[in-house]
Amino acid sequence: MNSVATAQTQKVPLPLRPSPWTRLSKRLRSANYPAGVASLFWLAVIGIPLYALVASTFRKTSDYLDQGPLSVPSNPTFENYHKVVDMGFDTYFINTVIVTVCTVAIVVLLSVPIGYAVVRSTTRSTQRVFQFFLLGLAIPAQAVVIPVFLIITELHMYDSLAAVILPSAAFSMPVCVLILTGTMRDISEELYEAMALEGVSVAKMLWYLTIPLSRSGLSTVAIYTAIQAWNGFLFPLILTQSREQRVLTLGLYDFVGEFRVDAPGMLTAVLLSAVPLFVAYLFARRALVQGLMGVGGK
Amino acid sequence: MTKSTDQSRRTGPSVGRPGVAWALPGVLYFAFFAVLPMILVAYLSFTEWNGLGTPEFVGTDNWERLFSDSLMGQSLWLAFLLTVLTWVVQTPLALLIGVWSAGYQRNRALLSAIFFLPLLLSSVAISLLWRTLIDPNFGLPAQIGGWLGIDNIDLIGQSDTALYTLVFVATWQFVPLHSLLYQGGARQIPQSLYDAASIDGAGKLRQFFHITLPQLRNTITTSSILMVVGALTFFDTVLIMTQGGPGTDTTITPYLMYQTGFKSYEMGYGSTIAFVLVIMATAASLVLVKMTGFGAMRSTREGM
Repeated sequence: MNSVATAQTQKVPLPLRPSPWTRLSKRLRSANYPAGVASLFWLAVIGIPLYALVASTFRKTSDYLDQGPLSVPSNPTFENYHKVVDMGFDTYFINTVIVTVCTVAIVVLLSVPIGYAVVRSTTRSTQRVFQFFLLGLAIPAQAVVIPVFLIITELHMYDSLAAVILPSAAFSMPVCVLILTGTMRDISEELYEAMALEGVSVAKMLWYLTIPLSRSGLSTVAIYTAIQAWNGFLFPLILTQSREQRVLTLGLYDFVGEFRVDAPGMLTAVLLSAVPLFVAYLFARRALVQGLMGVGGK
Repeated sequence: MTKSTDQSRRTGPSVGRPGVAWALPGVLYFAFFAVLPMILVAYLSFTEWNGLGTPEFVGTDNWERLFSDSLMGQSLWLAFLLTVLTWVVQTPLALLIGVWSAGYQRNRALLSAIFFLPLLLSSVAISLLWRTLIDPNFGLPAQIGGWLGIDNIDLIGQSDTALYTLVFVATWQFVPLHSLLYQGGARQIPQSLYDAASIDGAGKLRQFFHITLPQLRNTITTSSILMVVGALTFFDTVLIMTQGGPGTDTTITPYLMYQTGFKSYEMGYGSTIAFVLVIMATAASLVLVKMTGFGAMRSTREGM
């Protein structure tokens, strides 16, 4: 690590006020052209299917069958959207919103006190709590669906939105506890000591100090859980049955039978199911990206 | 976490500190909906149960059946193949895209915003999109094959291309998440390391192999664990795109479990398969953690 030390002591002299022309040529010289070309290739891999998805929703089925997914829609139509909305999409949509909101609420309400206790408590048992959730990370939801089904039927909750919400929240918790403890550890001890001197209660410290200072972790947790809940498929598939309790992903899956040859109808349902997340991305791109990045840890 | 901070915490005043009771509601909730099922799956693997009524204890019947079940052997091999293939394809791609998009140039920011988009789609939506797009009669194979003069490309109708198609769809779906993890990791590498290296005359390639890669060690582990566990539980896409077919040629273990439990209503035997899955996922994560020394959580900033 000698080189680091030399780099810090010997400052490279900067040229005085480079002209815009030299700045541009410098940028062009330092540009990474092979990477640029490769990135365009990846753009095609990601972009072409997405283009086909969006373009197809504006096509009549007969046009789609004639012209294929890549051609530009010759006479755009909105009939696919009407068709999909008429098939009960609105019910599925509302159900998904309920599931997502409740799941996020449960996860945040339960994980915040856990993070707070793990970071602030000095007892050995609280440290065990942290290890407990670390181990919990390794439980794949797919592998325990049969016993979850057993528990839900024993609780007489089969075929209800609660049946989807309760296990979905549980399986989001380990990641969220991990993220929250990571953020809460960064809050300095002095702040707590100052508050303790004033005689502030433990609950008030959480409310006025810990929560405001761990906003970044909280938004990561909320975003991660919301995306997981919105896109969740396995629990709705095995724990609900009736049309009234259907969420979007399951509704999409059931469209397969009804849209056997109607590709534009199918793709419209696919696109509509993601619209809320697309809108969220449009308005809160930074929060979403940072949120998902935070899942990888610091 | 170092010893010294631990000790300073222990010697600190105990007033104004939350007790373990604060964590209790969450712990109990998680124990009931996630840990209890883990224990139940072990118990159910020794029972016979059709989903209604009560499970009936049958001893080791299911386990004996498991070891002589050729479908189980095949499904494990396929799951292994899928895991290895997705890892080998996704890791270099995600690493390169992530490191590339960590740069702050405007074109990179713009393209990264587009690369992110598949992350917003559910796996059901992605599987249905690709199922529609690769339809041999009306999808991309027909349109592009028509330009090239090739007919009838049925990608999921043949066993070898069916598996590669699943790997491709998984790549399309998951590379955005993993490149995001690498982007985050690459942005935390101190610029001073690169400055020093270029003063010493190291080129871009050497900087990548001697600074970027070693510095991303923890990210590589995190991403690999997510990928391996994700591939072992890869289920939605198989259900929607191939239904385990053609024949049983893409029936990976999680799909076999779903079919056994929820289609043939053999929930006892399904639990036996599920238990094997739990063991495999845990073992794979442990091996990865041990192999990479992640458990020690060595600092990547040593000597700075």
